[in-house]
Amino acid sequence: MSRLGPGLILALIVGFAFLYLPILTLIAYSFNASRLVTVWGGFSTHWYGALMQNQPLLDAAWLSIRLGFVSATLATILGTLAALALARHGRFVGRTLFSGMVLAPLVMPEVVTGLSLLLLFVAADVERGFWTVTIAHATFSLGFACIVVQSRLAGFDRSLEEAAQDLGATPFVTFWTVTLPLIWPAVAAAWMLAFTLSLDDLVIASFTTGPGATTLPMRLYSAVKLGVSPEINAACTIMIGAVAVVVIAASLLLKREQLAGS
Amino acid sequence: MSAVASLQRLRRLVIAVPYLWLALFFLAPFVIVLRMAFSQAATALPPYAPHWEGLAQLGDFLSQLDIANFSLLGDDPLYWQSYLYSLRIAALTTIFALAIGYPLAYAMASAPPRWRGTLLVFVILPFWTSFLIRVYAWIGILRPEGLLDATLSFLGFEGEPLRLLNTETAVLLGMVYSYLPFMVLPLFATLEKLDRGLLEAAADLGATPVTAFLTVTLPLSLPGILAGSALVFIPAVGEFVIPDLLGGPDTVMIGKVLWSEFFSNRDWPLASAVAVVLLVVLVLPLVLLQRARLQREMAA
Repeated sequence: MSRLGPGLILALIVGFAFLYLPILTLIAYSFNASRLVTVWGGFSTHWYGALMQNQPLLDAAWLSIRLGFVSATLATILGTLAALALARHGRFVGRTLFSGMVLAPLVMPEVVTGLSLLLLFVAADVERGFWTVTIAHATFSLGFACIVVQSRLAGFDRSLEEAAQDLGATPFVTFWTVTLPLIWPAVAAAWMLAFTLSLDDLVIASFTTGPGATTLPMRLYSAVKLGVSPEINAACTIMIGAVAVVVIAASLLLKREQLAGS
Repeated sequence: MSAVASLQRLRRLVIAVPYLWLALFFLAPFVIVLRMAFSQAATALPPYAPHWEGLAQLGDFLSQLDIANFSLLGDDPLYWQSYLYSLRIAALTTIFALAIGYPLAYAMASAPPRWRGTLLVFVILPFWTSFLIRVYAWIGILRPEGLLDATLSFLGFEGEPLRLLNTETAVLLGMVYSYLPFMVLPLFATLEKLDRGLLEAAADLGATPVTAFLTVTLPLSLPGILAGSALVFIPAVGEFVIPDLLGGPDTVMIGKVLWSEFFSNRDWPLASAVAVVLLVVLVLPLVLLQRARLQREMAA
């Protein structure tokens, strides 16, 4: 069944139009010379220039990138360890609780995660800011990272690890020279997912941040609350462009690797 | 001997590090929320420090529990109405996402294998772009004199502007739009693995395509439907951003109630009680999701 009937082609067109039209109109209007959304005033990059002057927004973007970098790295390390623990270490005391705790943040409403972490930080009397948001983001993206790595570990030839150990490699050396090179696409994908989740999060950051640490989504949220402006469209377009380039490049790389592997 | 000992150490470390992290940053906060939900606003005003009683004082502790926050949730119609409303919006979102997502996933799974990867990337791509951006795109379309009104009048439809922004329709559109990839991905995963030979067998035995779909494809894709529905329904119940930006005064979802109890009214115990009830509401769909996962694992 490699031929698509007209009904299925229609389903594809409707589905993808629904997914992409809103984003495409948003991008189109970032190049609108007119401030009014309904009036097309000709092509202009004016709003991108204005964006470069918007220091608070640029600061927030830089903060979010640093935050995403640190929290994604933490989440990937912890998530990979959790995946190894769940995939390799069979039964251990408290395994059910452990897998529950890994997976629960995936389905936990963001408002609940945010509120509960804030209450912890208040109880522990720590100063809120960059690091509290980093910890919060690492905690909720850990589960996502774990699932991505776990799926790779599931289809993994364990005899390679056993061979390395038979040849005298310590468990650490085995992990570093055999396991990690084999699972790295999943680890990289986990990192990217965690980074995006962090960059995207408004609710948890709003709860756990402190004065002086305003993330990009928080800035955008308060701007959106005030209304539509082509400058926000320009900011969104840059973010969409960056994400599209990274995701498409990553999927091409992955495809090449799969082709090389098969 | 030393290799075995070091293996043991490493094993313990692999488990202990994420375990401790989660115990500290997931379990402990959760316990604090529970404790806070049973506190009085007066003693729990920020800065709040929990008082950890020993086990001996457990009875004492239980007698001190204040269920006032919960009875307020029951008494004030605002709260239970917004719970019901959230469930309603989440259910409608799930149904619409299924209605759009199933044909899409089915078409993707029926496409030639070399297209499938590309189609999948294009379904996932919007999911990687910021949530806020996707909601913001809809504001531009739905707002008065926005793109939808402009398009309609351009096409010659005269009359009142639609005024869709800040209505339930807008919230639903935004929710279905944002959560659609969560529905499509598990559906695609199940439909792609479906043995096409079964459909041919059904056709050979005289089943019409509709009968074959209803008796073969649909039942076999049920795990995907369940997983996708849970992945849409569960986060949709607690959604805050979409009802806040696209909704109006009459689309009060529970996530928004929690947010404003916390940020506007500064009633931390009440916000915690709202959170606890929200989690209780989500237990049933979570159990269903877990069962779908187990079924998939058994099948694999």
